[in-house]
Amino acid sequence: MKRFDLTAVWWLAAALGFAVLPWHMAQEPLRLAEYFALVAADPDIASALAQAAFHGRPWFWPVAASLMAALPGIDARSPRAARARWLLAGGVAGLAAIVVQGWLVGVQGWRYPWLEEIFGVLDERQFGFGIGGTLAFAGCLLMASDGLALKGRFGGERFVSGAVAVLVASIAIFTVWPVLTLLSQIFTVPSDQTLLAATADRLFAPKIWTLACLTSRSNCGVAWNTLALALSTASLATLLGLAFALIVTRTGFRLKRPLRLLTVMPIITPPFVIGLGLILIFGRSGLVNQAASSWLGVELGRWIYGFNGVLLAQVFSFTPTAFLVLIGVVEGVSPTMEEATQTLRASEMRAFRTVTLPLMRPGLANAFLVVFIESIADFGNPVVLGGSFGVLSTEIFFAVVGAQADFGRSATLASILLVYALVAFFLQRRVVGRASYVSMSGKGDAGLPARLPPPVERAAFALALPWAALTVTVYALALAGGFVAVWGRDWTPTLSHFARAFSVDFGTGGIVWSGGAWNSFWTTIQLAGLAAPLTAGIGLLAAWVLARQRFAGRGALEFALMLSFCVPGTVIGVAYVLAYNVPPVEITGTAAILVACFVFRNMPVGVRSGLAAISQLDRSLDEASATLRASTGRTLARVVLPLLRPAIVTALVYSFVRAMTTVSAVIFLVSARHEMATVYIINRVINGDYGIAIAYSTVLIVLMMAAIGLIQLLVGRRRIGRRAAGGAHTLGARA
Amino acid sequence: MNTPTRKGAGVRLVDIVKRYGQVVAVKKLSLDIAPGTLVTLLGPSGCGKTTLLRMVAGLETPSEGRIEIGGFDVTSLSARERNVSMVFQSYALFPHMSVEENVAYGLVSSGLNKTDAAARARRALETVGLAGYGLRLPSEMSGGQQQRVAVARALVLEPDVLLFDEPLSNLDARLRRSMREEIRALQQSLGLTAIYVTHDQSEALAVSDRIVVMRAAEIAQAGTPAELYDAPRDVFVATFMGEANHVCATLESVSGERGRVALGEARIDLPHRDLVPGPVDLVIRPEAIDLEAGEGAGLPGRVSKATFMGSHVEYHVDTALGDLFAVVPRTRPLFPAGSVVSVVLDAKGAILVRP
Repeated sequence: MKRFDLTAVWWLAAALGFAVLPWHMAQEPLRLAEYFALVAADPDIASALAQAAFHGRPWFWPVAASLMAALPGIDARSPRAARARWLLAGGVAGLAAIVVQGWLVGVQGWRYPWLEEIFGVLDERQFGFGIGGTLAFAGCLLMASDGLALKGRFGGERFVSGAVAVLVASIAIFTVWPVLTLLSQIFTVPSDQTLLAATADRLFAPKIWTLACLTSRSNCGVAWNTLALALSTASLATLLGLAFALIVTRTGFRLKRPLRLLTVMPIITPPFVIGLGLILIFGRSGLVNQAASSWLGVELGRWIYGFNGVLLAQVFSFTPTAFLVLIGVVEGVSPTMEEATQTLRASEMRAFRTVTLPLMRPGLANAFLVVFIESIADFGNPVVLGGSFGVLSTEIFFAVVGAQADFGRSATLASILLVYALVAFFLQRRVVGRASYVSMSGKGDAGLPARLPPPVERAAFALALPWAALTVTVYALALAGGFVAVWGRDWTPTLSHFARAFSVDFGTGGIVWSGGAWNSFWTTIQLAGLAAPLTAGIGLLAAWVLARQRFAGRGALEFALMLSFCVPGTVIGVAYVLAYNVPPVEITGTAAILVACFVFRNMPVGVRSGLAAISQLDRSLDEASATLRASTGRTLARVVLPLLRPAIVTALVYSFVRAMTTVSAVIFLVSARHEMATVYIINRVINGDYGIAIAYSTVLIVLMMAAIGLIQLLVGRRRIGRRAAGGAHTLGARA
Repeated sequence: MNTPTRKGAGVRLVDIVKRYGQVVAVKKLSLDIAPGTLVTLLGPSGCGKTTLLRMVAGLETPSEGRIEIGGFDVTSLSARERNVSMVFQSYALFPHMSVEENVAYGLVSSGLNKTDAAARARRALETVGLAGYGLRLPSEMSGGQQQRVAVARALVLEPDVLLFDEPLSNLDARLRRSMREEIRALQQSLGLTAIYVTHDQSEALAVSDRIVVMRAAEIAQAGTPAELYDAPRDVFVATFMGEANHVCATLESVSGERGRVALGEARIDLPHRDLVPGPVDLVIRPEAIDLEAGEGAGLPGRVSKATFMGSHVEYHVDTALGDLFAVVPRTRPLFPAGSVVSVVLDAKGAILVRP
């Protein structure tokens, strides 16, 4: 038997992080030699051991004690039970020691006054965790999970227990903790108020809840605005989505494929492109307004700014989402059911009304709620078109930017938005849970789908086709805007916007990226490229754990994962700022916070596509691999992953694209050093500089299409060759 | 037949309990399996036989109890740390690997280099009669061939215990017959210990050294195929092991090994099998019933249904004891439905069991 296994590596990593590497995040970039920090003159870049031994910072000693406690457990030859005990005790104690010391000693000495009373005033301060602290934390985490596996938990599989530990820890650190921090902000007390009064003031402020717009010309509270907008958007988008879905699946319409392409557009366009397009058509210098004033002498005014415009933009943006959901729903209605109605002498109309539509009802509710959630979380459209019409997501932002910086108010708004999202999310889960009877007919769906009743078909075409034409127009004009000098005034075709954003000079030192957009462009590609594989990896790992492993708390883990998806972006943005501005995890302003945000915002998509794909893989494939002595890692690498290629592509593409197009959370997290493309564009839009914003958006869309193609080429090709050779199309064990 | 080389190891299950929440899938079960034997777990679906097999494989962990293989406690070991291999009901062949890669997979996992693994995989494929098929994908083979690949993949590891989870249920009847003979021959020639799960009693009778009949998470009875067939402990086992008529009777008196049984008007002399006088159940095998024309010495009856099966004829006969099912060789006279017959019992095919 081997003397050491992977556990020894975890221990060494933790020891290295504790004794050798700088514990805290350095405020200046370190030279390579300074990473050996066992002896460092400056305590802030010394290792924990050095800080404890030479710089009088005794709060690191418990970490050392925990590591020593875990030491006997790394000997692979000692009995399992004993190893489990040492590793579990040492690992958990280590985690606790690290968290406690990081929490109690902050930027201004002791975090709590009672500690000062016990230990006296502390002049020392500490920064956030750096490479040493992170490594020690990870090492302790994995030692503890190894201990659990050796105890027989998780079927004795260390890989599984490690994966679960990593998932739980990262969700706790990057979702739960920020959200809780945010919620706690509601209860911060200004000096002249009591806790109750302050909280009540914030929660029931008239700016949030007033219904003044019903009786006068003033604005309603943002909470009502948000609700009204989301309900309207969801209703309209679901109706339009249904019309599109019926046309694509139940009529002989010729242009089905282009219609389906429409569903891809909102995924690859930054969220405010529609808003820009609408401004170019209906804005004050837009096409329609100009035409109306020059030909008819009518001033149409600014109606596009406000509820109407945001609603229009959201319906344009989210109809494709509803369409996508409803295609599946309409296809899920078994043709056999409809054939049965025909044999029972029902007219087409009656069959549609009494069978088809009721069977689709849960699906319709699902589409409605999905759009509702997207609408309340939407930031791009309201910020571009809202004007004085405020919704929660934008007000959260405006409460903290600029001179206000009222985090209490921002947190309150964010909590209300969070409640909206949670309610919609729970409703949606229930609806989806009950929707299963759509597919209950099971086998023998060989029948032909019934044709739509003529009146319904006419209505569907009447709704959908003009809308489709309008959508195409909006997109086309939005992109055309990048090629004219000044929209509405000077129609000269020009590439000057592109030149301003993306000019390149050849100076003496080689290429000079002189355009204004290059900085954010490269940052975006870099961070999105970094986040995509991480997102896909963690997401698929989580999917595999959830689909294949049974353990206590599995349901809770799945729930937490899915929940983090429904937290609106602006809420996450504020929460991150609040949680990570101060030690122990002090990553505001770094690239790490952006990457973490991308990974944990987009991971649920990886989880979902992974779950869908894995549930099609026969479980006995995994089991066969296990009984054939393959380690869990080998099973994943050789059996599961090769069969999951389509899901990998989906997860990679989606996380890359979302990282490039997202704006809501990111707008809080960017810094001068790490500016993202979408934020750059939004700022140009806010300044009224539409040309450059549109030019940049165009470049992003082209770039994303290229990236999607590239990812598919890299990951997808081999599989197609193999499978084609086999002539097999199912993924079952018997292929 | 070759001399068994006795490669297999014995398996011991001690007080195994498996619970899923409130549901008890296996109820305090103990079982000893001798090295080199093939033991079948037989029972209706949901009786816990597959769960038991998966616990031996290490794919499930028992809630209580101990599993030993070759004398070592393996209860807390994962599947890959145990020297067992398994043939799955769905075969679980990796669809993206060639047949040879599939068979070599376990060897490479165990640390063998690729060339040696491939060579041994080819030999294993030869053993199951698939020489030359190594480069195909599983999807390019028939169901029977896929089944053999699955067996080869399990065999090539020379496991202590070979597990079969309803391996033949996806094959057609004819193929099932020949495959089960091949599996039995391989197991005997290699001297492997094997545990075989099935719900098909004829399959169990054909391949097993011993059969363990399970019912509702417990062992109903364990024994050799002949023991179970000839001396079932109760009606459940009797009806599960082949067709059986089941009638109520009374054990009137016992003397020595024999007892006097009242069956309606008739009295028969049968081994009492340690039953005490009183009401008992009588199991009558259909092949122990013969029919004679007219009202003879036997139990009077009327043929209600006659089904011609080629080698034999199956009758349902209405009698004072109820409906009796009889299987009569083709060599005997034929009775069309409605015939009045006299039913004659062969005492060797009548077994007393606990009521």
